[in-house]
Amino acid sequence: MAHITEEKEMDIVDLVTKAIEKHGATRDAVVPILSEINLALGYIPASALAEIRRHIHIPQEGVFLADSHLYSAASFYTLFSLKPIGRHVIRFCESAPCHVMGGHEVIQAIQDQLSLKPGETSADRKWSLLTTSCIGICGVGPVFVVDDDVYGNVTPERVPEILGRYQ
Amino acid sequence: MKVIRSMVLVSVDQASLEHGAEAVFHEFLEQIEEFGLSDQIAVSTIRDVSVHEDVPLVIVYPDAAVYAPVKVEDVHTIVEEHLFKGNIVPSLLAMMHELVPEIAWMRERRGALPVQKRIVLERAGIIDPNSIEDYVLYDGFQALGKALTQMTPAEVIAEVEKSGLQGRGGAGFPTGRKWSFVASTPGSPKYVICNADESEPGTFKDRLIIEGDPFSIIEAMTITGYAIGSHDGYIYIRGEYPLAYRRIEHAIQQAEAYGLLGNNIFGTDFSFHVHPHAGAGAYICGEETALIESLEGKRGMPRARPPYPTTYGLFGKPTVVNNVETLANVPPILRNGAVWYREVGSPKSTGTKVYTILGNVNFTGLIEVPMGITLREVIDIYGKGMKDGKKLKLVQTGGSSGTIAPASLQDTPMDFDSFRNAGVSLGSGALLVCDEETCVVDLAKAILRFFRNECCGKCTPCRIGTLRLYEIVTQISEGTASLSDLELMMKISEAMSEVSNCGLGQTAPTALRDILKYFREEVEAHITDHICPVGVCPITMSSPELVPVA
Repeated sequence: MAHITEEKEMDIVDLVTKAIEKHGATRDAVVPILSEINLALGYIPASALAEIRRHIHIPQEGVFLADSHLYSAASFYTLFSLKPIGRHVIRFCESAPCHVMGGHEVIQAIQDQLSLKPGETSADRKWSLLTTSCIGICGVGPVFVVDDDVYGNVTPERVPEILGRYQ
Repeated sequence: MKVIRSMVLVSVDQASLEHGAEAVFHEFLEQIEEFGLSDQIAVSTIRDVSVHEDVPLVIVYPDAAVYAPVKVEDVHTIVEEHLFKGNIVPSLLAMMHELVPEIAWMRERRGALPVQKRIVLERAGIIDPNSIEDYVLYDGFQALGKALTQMTPAEVIAEVEKSGLQGRGGAGFPTGRKWSFVASTPGSPKYVICNADESEPGTFKDRLIIEGDPFSIIEAMTITGYAIGSHDGYIYIRGEYPLAYRRIEHAIQQAEAYGLLGNNIFGTDFSFHVHPHAGAGAYICGEETALIESLEGKRGMPRARPPYPTTYGLFGKPTVVNNVETLANVPPILRNGAVWYREVGSPKSTGTKVYTILGNVNFTGLIEVPMGITLREVIDIYGKGMKDGKKLKLVQTGGSSGTIAPASLQDTPMDFDSFRNAGVSLGSGALLVCDEETCVVDLAKAILRFFRNECCGKCTPCRIGTLRLYEIVTQISEGTASLSDLELMMKISEAMSEVSNCGLGQTAPTALRDILKYFREEVEAHITDHICPVGVCPITMSSPELVPVA
């Protein structure tokens, strides 16, 4: 077990180093760096924030960055998660255009099938159910996204078949 | 299913009415009925044709045939030949030279589905968005070449000002004026930001422009940089648009490889770099100062304004922030000249506008049409009529922060001025069409839930106001509110509009305010009678006992 934890930490150091090589060790690179980590791990662990700070916070050069600055940015954006999430992430659009086209019934069908409420992750860590604002394909609403797959013109009847595609 | 295949517009301005327009209008209705075409052809009226002789004027879409002057006895021929048999009647067509430019563009829409007058989306769907050669073949980088080799920065700004181009992000600020502010502000370096954080629900025009024609944005940003004296541009693409990001990243690499971006562009001493930046999910970052904060690596919370980004922008330096669609208009303006551009659209709102049509219509999607088209035209011609033949109830224009236009406003020309006068906003160009089965309380609930979720929390009126409004509207939908709650909502809305720090809080109550203005009775029915007239809301409180009317 200890071994696994160590490896994870190695991962994080490595990830942060690579992200900083790509985007630079500057304050304005913070969001892109956080994106890289979130993409790789599915969430942003606290140890990653500390590791980023270690690279960017250089008082002798007049650059100050605290963990709290990083936490404030990481906690602001909806695409970032600060805790581990499910293997598959469902994001459903609850904006007005999808709502008018019957989105509410679809959302209800997803919630019923998975017994999850928005913002929750299933006990077996298979599913996370999240809401998203408009994802810009309103022409085919109602819409939801599973991982990177976008589904449009969805009806409640199609929900079991779509979710069944994911293991 | 009722599908409108053709549409007849009869001019009803003062001059036309004096020449018998009303009789012509009724004759069309009668003749169309007689030919059994009522299910396929819509008849409507049009104002402001700016023609004073040779009226009434009759325009038939989608052929865009303009007949004038039309007398009652001509109607039978037009209906039989054109609408029934499908042949335009040349002998009755208007003399085109007498038509002012405002009308002339309609000829361009001959045959016209779904989009004929394309400026911004000219190349989208035609060229390979990953091929710079394709872009160059279709006039790409001509405008940049012209600007860098034949024009001074001041001349570029003057040309854009002369074109009358107004910002397409929602506010409609004159683009040329914004550029000249930044150009004349001391300070260095200066920055160009392309706002591609298109988060307004129901809007996806910027996504399609970037995905379909990414080089045009690179070219436009470089021209902007030349005009204002900047060497660095940022394009902020929302995190939900990964494909748009990849297209832009690729376009930047190709343009740099060809010497059309980077150092010494076209062999001149002008250098410009474009940095792509992906957002991470926050509606508020579409607000320009929040976007700048986010670019600087912070929470995307709006700054207090003034100072505006034109003087204190990215890293505290003078910055131009332009929307994607606005920028996409720049290369065609420089290539063809401001005079050409002014001929499209209406005199005070020049050019085209990209709209997204959504909701209860037969065809949803994106169109680019000249400024000044009406909602009725959009729904009947491009939306191909209402879905299942239902009746139009309202259109929400400009996304969730936009206004509600009831069916009675569907003949108002959609340009910045006419819409402003009618109290409607053009906003982001989203047109959410709602039929009679839409409950206004349910719609308001969906809109307010969105703002409650997206409020950044920085200022009090918005943070508390969005929450309270959502709570009250939820109570209304459950039948547990009281009439005094409506007054409370108006008070909260007013406070939010007046004292919120940024556009989010100021516009969040807009739709609610309009719903109370146009559909108050329906809202009150939820409260006093405990019924949802459309049958959508989950009213939990039982209805009061019915009292027989004496």
